[in-house]
Parts: sequence; structure tokens; C-alpha cells
Amino acid sequence: MTDTGVITVLIALLAGAIRVSTPFLFVSLGECLTEKSGRVNLGLEGTLVLGAMVAFAISYHSGSPWLGVAAAAGAGFLMGALHGAICRLPRVNDIAIGIAMMSFGTGLALFLGKPYIQPSAPRLPSLPLGDWLDMPALAQMLDVSPLFLVGLALAFLLDWVFRNTRAGLIVRVTGDDAAAARALGIGVDRVRLFATALGGASAGVGGAFLSLYYPGSWNEGLSSGQGLMAVALVIFARWQPRRCLLASLFFGAASALGPALQSVGITAGYYFLNAAPYVLTLLIMAGSGSARRAAQYAPGELSINR
Amino acid sequence: MTAAINRRSLLKSTAFGAAALASASWAGRARAAENLVVGVVYVGPRGDFGWSQSHATAVEALKKVPGVTVVEEENVPETLAVSNTMRSMIELDGAKLIFGASFGYFNPFMIDMAKQYPDVQFRHPTTLWSADKHPANLGGYFAYLDQAHYVDGVAAGLSSKTGKIGYIAAKPISLVLRNINSFMLGARLGNPNATVKLIFTGDWSLPVREAEAANALAGAGCDVVACHVDSPKVIVETLERRGVKSCGHNASQASLAPKGFITGAENKYETIYKGFAEALVKGEKLPNVAVGGYDKDMVTNTAYGAGATEEARRAADAAIAALKTGKPIFVGPINDNKGNVIVAAGSSLGNYAPELETTNYLVEGVEGSVT
Repeated sequence: MTDTGVITVLIALLAGAIRVSTPFLFVSLGECLTEKSGRVNLGLEGTLVLGAMVAFAISYHSGSPWLGVAAAAGAGFLMGALHGAICRLPRVNDIAIGIAMMSFGTGLALFLGKPYIQPSAPRLPSLPLGDWLDMPALAQMLDVSPLFLVGLALAFLLDWVFRNTRAGLIVRVTGDDAAAARALGIGVDRVRLFATALGGASAGVGGAFLSLYYPGSWNEGLSSGQGLMAVALVIFARWQPRRCLLASLFFGAASALGPALQSVGITAGYYFLNAAPYVLTLLIMAGSGSARRAAQYAPGELSINR
Repeated sequence: MTAAINRRSLLKSTAFGAAALASASWAGRARAAENLVVGVVYVGPRGDFGWSQSHATAVEALKKVPGVTVVEEENVPETLAVSNTMRSMIELDGAKLIFGASFGYFNPFMIDMAKQYPDVQFRHPTTLWSADKHPANLGGYFAYLDQAHYVDGVAAGLSSKTGKIGYIAAKPISLVLRNINSFMLGARLGNPNATVKLIFTGDWSLPVREAEAANALAGAGCDVVACHVDSPKVIVETLERRGVKSCGHNASQASLAPKGFITGAENKYETIYKGFAEALVKGEKLPNVAVGGYDKDMVTNTAYGAGATEEARRAADAAIAALKTGKPIFVGPINDNKGNVIVAAGSSLGNYAPELETTNYLVEGVEGSVT
């Protein structure tokens, strides 16, 4: 590989990290919030797909992509609230409900989304942050979506909320020790309901990014499991929002690896390279799952820990 | 994970359905007496800008044939669901001719259905059918799309300024490799220095990776990109945004890229669907296997878009005229991209040569690998 080849691949990886990471980021931040409150919502893959479909449909009908984003957040909120509400019932397993919600969300999106596969909807605008640069490749890389910046801000905001606010403390204590939370007079179920609903809203916005920005159209294979990978990513990020950001960028870059290498002529073994994000997921799960120190960061009330 | 709710299963599973079922079968019988009912089963949505749309476009033409009624169902997965759909098309709607438009429908589903309903004709868009193994009321039809990809290549080679062309393909199977090779040979016809950078995504429909591939090729300096995936919508839209010219596949994507679209390789199943229906209406026997390309009017190219230069249009028109007379694409000398001789100088392979069915190489000029 020549020097220009190396640079092309590096730029492609960075550009890929920025382009592909946003849905990972929103879903993982949403899941992070939900898990901090002591519940696992595996259904975010379904929420992501439903959010994508709703955003596309609303943008198509109203002509305003931002209205689409708001609608996707609303749909995600409702999906999350449904999960939270069902989990309030006695002897209900949140993992099982999550899987049901995943099928429900995807199925509903495909069912309602059929008429929106062919049309094109107004897309979200992009912010050309790199236009002052002379290099078109770098300028292209810095042509970012406003949603990416929102996600960036959300990661830091959530981190700050967990550390420094009363609301953050309530979520954390609910997630770490429900009995202690109850002793403090906190409505554990209500906190979890809101945490799950807000987490769902975040995942819905991730879906809006998929259908309204990149790749920017609605069809059935749109998510290809990104919602599930993002849930795994929360464990890798050890339930810390800022690490969710890093992990999302990392996964975005991994997704760009296969196409980028093939475009500069490294073509052997592309199946393996294309599988990079999935291989990475497995390695991360194996690496972090075995260690005690990972568990020490996990919210104590998570059903996978108990 | 396709939606499992559809009209048929819903009808069957409700009490209300029982009554509706009875009346539907009545109506079906009444209609079948005067009309030929043709059933079409799609694996995806009809408006997917790709494979299923290429069939749906043909079905629109089929609906205009007098004496023909069409029943359709979309989003049918390659599972027992196909058999159920086909059975209800036969039993409830009285279908006498059924097209199952997805690779995985054939074995075992369509074979079993053909055995169960010997007086219904089943056709599948592949050449999988063979007389000694499969029922006589089953068969195949197949459009040799590589001829249209060759024309894409001719137009792409002459519409590219840099001669650096990209190609995004799903999987390295013979059918796909053959399209890439024909595209490359077409591109070199008018532009002997043209190269094709090839990216395999790994599956038929992976929108995010397809968009990444389009961006990677744009970043690597390609100014024209062609493709072979199920639905090129995302690819063509992404290329248009990056200011890269595009060639389509399966159905017309011209409307998605008003600035950069050159042309696209389209199946013309209309010829088969209308021809078969008309033959059945007249009471004639259908051929078991019907294959063809430009010479049989089974493939076509999308009308040239703004991306096609004048020179490209002229050369592509000439290539189409030559293909209609059966002029071969694979004229020697042709080497593969590792230097092995595929076709020796002075000889050529016909457009339906059996050797091409097992293509497992990429011709010289393609930067990519099969494994």
C-alpha cells in the first residue's frame, strides 16, 4: 500500500467514524440511561427501526425533517414507556419483554412503512464544517450532521447529569439498590419507566438519523443490527456516557474498514474485514465479560447481574 | 424479519375470515371460468427500486393483457410462507400461472407446489429447472443482464473523465462476476485505459455499508460507479450527493440522480410475463425454459440520464444494436486480472456460452478479488 493509500484509508476511517457512529451513539446513550436505572431494554433495535420509519414518513408528509426527528423521538418514547409499563407488572422479565419489543418494533415499522420505501423524503441538512479547508477529502469528512453534534453534546450532558445532579443521583441509586431507593422515598418503578421511555426516545432519534441523513432512505434492511450492537456497546463502555461516545466512534470506523480497504486495492479477505464490527463486538464482550472489574461498574439492580 | 401480517393469514385466522373465505372462493371460481388468473409472488416490496420492482414493472404491463387478472403478494419470505401464498392464490383466486420471483422459492417450495397442483404452471426466474429432475409444469425464465451491464460499461467508460470507475457488488457468485466482467469489457471498448475498482459488500441489502462503499469509491477518486445489489437506491442517491456519476441495476433509478445518472441494466420480464399469459389465453403450451438477452428482448437499458455524454450515448446505442444481432461480448484476447488467459486471441465466447455460467474470475482491469 502506498502512502496515499494509507492516507485515503485513514481519512475514510475517520469519515466513517463520524458518518456511521451517530445511530450507535443515540442508542447506546439511551440504553445507558435505562440500564443505570436498573433495567435492560433489548428492544432498542426495534425502536431504532420504528424511529427510522416514523421520521421518514413524517418528513415525507410534512416536508420538515426536523418534525420527523421529533416524531421519531416521540415514537421511541412511547415504545420505551410501553416496555417500562409492562416491566412494572409483577414477575415480568425485562430481557424477555425487550426481545418481544424488538420484534414488535421491527414488525410494526415494516408493516406501516411499506408505502415509504419508494418515495424520497426531505433529508436533514448537513453542516459543512470543513469548507475552509483546501482538501476536498477532509472537507467531505467534516461535512457533519447536526444530529451528530447533538449526540456529542448529549453524551457530555448525560455524564454531567449522572455525576452532578439530583436527578442523576436518583437514577443511579434506583439502579444500584432498589431497597435503598425505596427507603429514600423514591418511586423505583416510576424512575425506571421514565428512564426507559427517555432511552427509547434517544434510540428513536438514532433511527431518524438513519432514514433522514445517512444512508438517508427507508427500507427494511436499514439497521442491519446496529441497535443490538449498540446495546452490547454499553457494557463495553462500562455504563459511562463519555465512553459510549468513544465506543460509537470506534464502531463507526470499524464499519468503514471493509469498503475503505477494498477501495485502495486491499481486496483479499473482505468478508473478514466486513465482519470487523461484529468480530469487535465478540472480542469486547469476551474481554469485558470475564473481568470482575467490568461487573463492578455495572448497576447493581441489572437482572443480568443478579 | 418480514411482517407476518398479511391479508391471507389474517383472513384465515379470524372467525370473520371463515365467512369471507367462502365468498372469496366463490368469486374466485366465477372469475376463473372466464379469465386467466396469474399469481405473482415477490420477496420484497414492489417499489424497492430494485429486483422486486423489475418484476412489478413487468406485471403492470401484464395487467393490460385482455382476459388476464393478476393477483400479487409482496414481502413473502423464502419459507413455507411461499407455499401458503401460492396455495391460496390457486385455491382462492383460481390462478393457473404462478411466477415466484425469488431465488429461494424454488427448492423445495415451488417444486412441491408443482407436484401438488399438476394443472397449474409454475415459473421461476432462474435456470435451475431441469427436465429429468423437476415436474413438467414447472420451469424457468432468465434474463441475461450481463448484456445490459456491458452496455452500461460502454457508456460508463466514455462518460468517465479519469477512467477510474467503481463497482459495488453484493456477493462474488458467478452471476455477479459475469456482470462485472461484461461491464469491464464494455468500459475498455471505448476507453482502453479504464480500470474498475470493485467493492463487495457481502450481502444483497446492506444500506449502510452500500453507502460507505459509495463514499469510499468517491474518496478513492472514481468519477463513475456502477453496482449490482438488490436495490441500488442508497448507492445512486449517495453518489449523486457526492457528485459522482452512476449506473443502475435491475430497475430504473434515473429519477434518483437527475444530474449524474448515465444508464442502467434493467430486466425486461415484461416479454416473458406477457408472452406466457398470451400463450395460455390462446391455449398454447408454455416453454419450460425461456432465456435471453437483447436478442430476445429480455433486457434493456434505462434511458440515458444527464451523466451520459453524447459520445457515450452513440457508442452504447451501437453496442445495443450489435447485441441484438448476437455479436459476442467475450472476444479474445481476454485475460483475468491475475494474468491467466480466459479467451485466446482470435477466438470468442458466445453470449450464451455454458463456460460463462461458471465464471469464477475477474477480467483484466478490475481491481478486486473473488475471495
